Amino acid sequence: MYDAGKIIIGLLIFAGFMTFPLWYNGGKAAPIPEPKVLTKGKCVEDTAYMRAAHMQLLNEWRDQALRDGNREYVNHRGEKVWISLQNTCMKCHSNKDEFCDRCHTYAEVKPYCWDCHYTPKESKKWASTEGNS
Amino acid sequence: MGIDRRKFLKIAGVSSLVTLGGGASLLALNSPAGASHGEVEHHAEGEEVKAPEKGVKRWGMVIDMRKCSEHKDCTKCIDACHYVHNVPHFENRKEEVKWIWKEEYEKAFTDIGTLHKYNPKEIVEEKFLCLCNHCDHPPCVRVCPTKATFRRPDGIVAMDYHRCIGCRFCMAACPYGSRSFNWKDPRLGLRGRKLNPEFPTRMRGVVEKCNFCVERLAQGLKPACVEACPDGVLVFGDLNDPDSEIRKVLAENYTVRRKPELGTAPSVFYII
Amino acid sequence: MIEKALHGSSKYWAWLAFLGVLIALGGACYLYQLKHGLGITGMSRDVSWGVYIAQFTYLVGVAAGAVMLVIPELLHRYHTYEKVVVFGEFLAIAAVTMCLLFIVVDIGQPARLFNVLLHPTPNSILFWDMIVLNGYLLINIIVGYNTLLSNYKRVPVPKWVKFFAYVSIPWAFSIHTVTAFLYCGLPGRHSWLTAIMAPRFLASAFAAGPALLIILLLIVRKVSKFDPGDRALQSIAKTVCYAMIANLFFVALELFTAFYSNIPGHMHGLKYLFWGLKEHGHLYDQLVPWMRSAMLLGLVGIGILLIPPLRRQTKFLVIACAAIVYSTWADKGVGLVIGGFVPNPFEEVMEYHPTFPEISIAIGIWAVGAFILTVLYKVAIAVREQELS
Repeated sequence: MYDAGKIIIGLLIFAGFMTFPLWYNGGKAAPIPEPKVLTKGKCVEDTAYMRAAHMQLLNEWRDQALRDGNREYVNHRGEKVWISLQNTCMKCHSNKDEFCDRCHTYAEVKPYCWDCHYTPKESKKWASTEGNS
Repeated sequence: MGIDRRKFLKIAGVSSLVTLGGGASLLALNSPAGASHGEVEHHAEGEEVKAPEKGVKRWGMVIDMRKCSEHKDCTKCIDACHYVHNVPHFENRKEEVKWIWKEEYEKAFTDIGTLHKYNPKEIVEEKFLCLCNHCDHPPCVRVCPTKATFRRPDGIVAMDYHRCIGCRFCMAACPYGSRSFNWKDPRLGLRGRKLNPEFPTRMRGVVEKCNFCVERLAQGLKPACVEACPDGVLVFGDLNDPDSEIRKVLAENYTVRRKPELGTAPSVFYII
Repeated sequence: MIEKALHGSSKYWAWLAFLGVLIALGGACYLYQLKHGLGITGMSRDVSWGVYIAQFTYLVGVAAGAVMLVIPELLHRYHTYEKVVVFGEFLAIAAVTMCLLFIVVDIGQPARLFNVLLHPTPNSILFWDMIVLNGYLLINIIVGYNTLLSNYKRVPVPKWVKFFAYVSIPWAFSIHTVTAFLYCGLPGRHSWLTAIMAPRFLASAFAAGPALLIILLLIVRKVSKFDPGDRALQSIAKTVCYAMIANLFFVALELFTAFYSNIPGHMHGLKYLFWGLKEHGHLYDQLVPWMRSAMLLGLVGIGILLIPPLRRQTKFLVIACAAIVYSTWADKGVGLVIGGFVPNPFEEVMEYHPTFPEISIAIGIWAVGAFILTVLYKVAIAVREQELS
């Protein structure tokens, strides 16, 4: 092997960088966050389903409501639900920081929902709701 | 020298393919997505008038300027619309975002043949309400490269803000100047203003415009501007329903539309 | 072959470093634009496209101009161009790359750019522009690289490369035709709503691209041992001359139709560009010097190129080409896009003033193009010099 020394040093540096998150955290994983649910009522679908597939559901809802003009969703229990992220989901889950953000931050995902949709609490950061209209 | 038979056939074959392909794509370009192919009739202004399908709604609006001009300083419809949809407010004209606003006669009706200097002074000085015309043949929909703006079966030209890439082709295509771009974070333009918590804001880098209150129609409500007007200036309804109020108003009054010669077939009508 | 770009004089590296600085400045301004949005530009609700789309439009023309060398060489066996065609193709690669970058920086939501592919929309001309531009880039990379590689290896150019070279001919016409369709199919914009938009674009492209190429080839002659040859340069110059005559003829046609018909909508845009528009007692005429100088220098360029004794002197050839490059740039890269938005759909005049970050981003992209061009030309020169030895 030519330049064995350089190559081995290079590989070591590479391995060091790649494993950085492991040894930086001392082998301990960060605790898995638990989203805080405020209301006692049932969600539009089961918790397990929502955990796994809320993003797909929201994608479908978006296209149904906005593009097909169909704002009613029938869930697995046969109940009719009004399709709206801001007016259905976030009415119950009004604690975006403790519900949505907790897991999203942990999983390092940055959904662009919040560029437009908001809870009244969230909106205080950028608009004074007490304004003069 | 010269082309032999083989070569000629090759060239002829390729060029006929190209021609056919070009023709076919032109036909495809000419039929906007979502437009139904009902019976069509040639029309003086060049626009095709389709026979409505049964049970399909076609939303439209009549603006009665005789009533509107009695209240020159009234902005109730504009305020209601901009509040209900959290339309940002920027002082700098360059960054302006608006869904419905007032415009002088000569600016709103630039090309129509009725403008001359001997018009009644009241009309020339009137401020006309302008908004998205929700055209039958919307140029904005024709040019959008992602179908972010599209025409619903009920005639509403809608925006999907999730999909808009912000290329602003629709703004170049709209002959009515009805579209606004979010040059800045729109939330900067909502500071100190009352929000409607039921409606989202937009994000930076997308185009927005009047949506004929599609979210209110879904709940069986009238558009916010129509509801806010205390003087009955705005009549909203189903153009396909011959018994609707709007059809009665249209049948009893002479109405005009903005830039009809462009063949866009607006669904907003004005009683001058 | 590519490694030839890594061996150069200190001047070569200094030039690349200089371009690197411009690119870095443009990049920094683009980060600023990403953070704050397109509000940092001079564009507005009324003039919703500006410097970026104007440069894009001009550079599509420069890219298409390469075909003016490919056609004689390929269809008419005009072998005088044999050694210089690749320089035209490399210019096309740099120009199309700049075009694509100008689109990216003009988009409000660049992260969603791929929506154009996810939701393909054939009724949008922008969709077709995306296809033809990327296709043209690919074809020129394939043809340019493989032709040069064959020269480098001293073997004949493979037949399949020739196939793509043939394809590049109609394709070059398509890129500028489709780009013209972006404008000329819009119902409310009188200045753009003209059936001769595409031929006018092509005429200006076939003047601008080859004129720029002549200047570049003269630089190549100066900095290297490769000489493109006077015959080739003079032939290209004739092409530039005829194309420019056609271009100005088309402008005259536009003026005639608008002013003889006396239709206000058709006159307003041209009035704004060449004389200025008056509104509320104020004369808006900031584009007038650009457009008038463009016409004047276009005529000067044609005049020089029409007189053979002048055209044959390098000094005058450079002046003529520079005049034509400026003329076509001011006409298409300044006047066309902005003139289409003024007056706006309400017949109001709202002028457009590009901002410092906006211009810096544009210069940065031009620098990217110059960087790519320099590296590609370096390789091509190295291969041509090797052929001489």
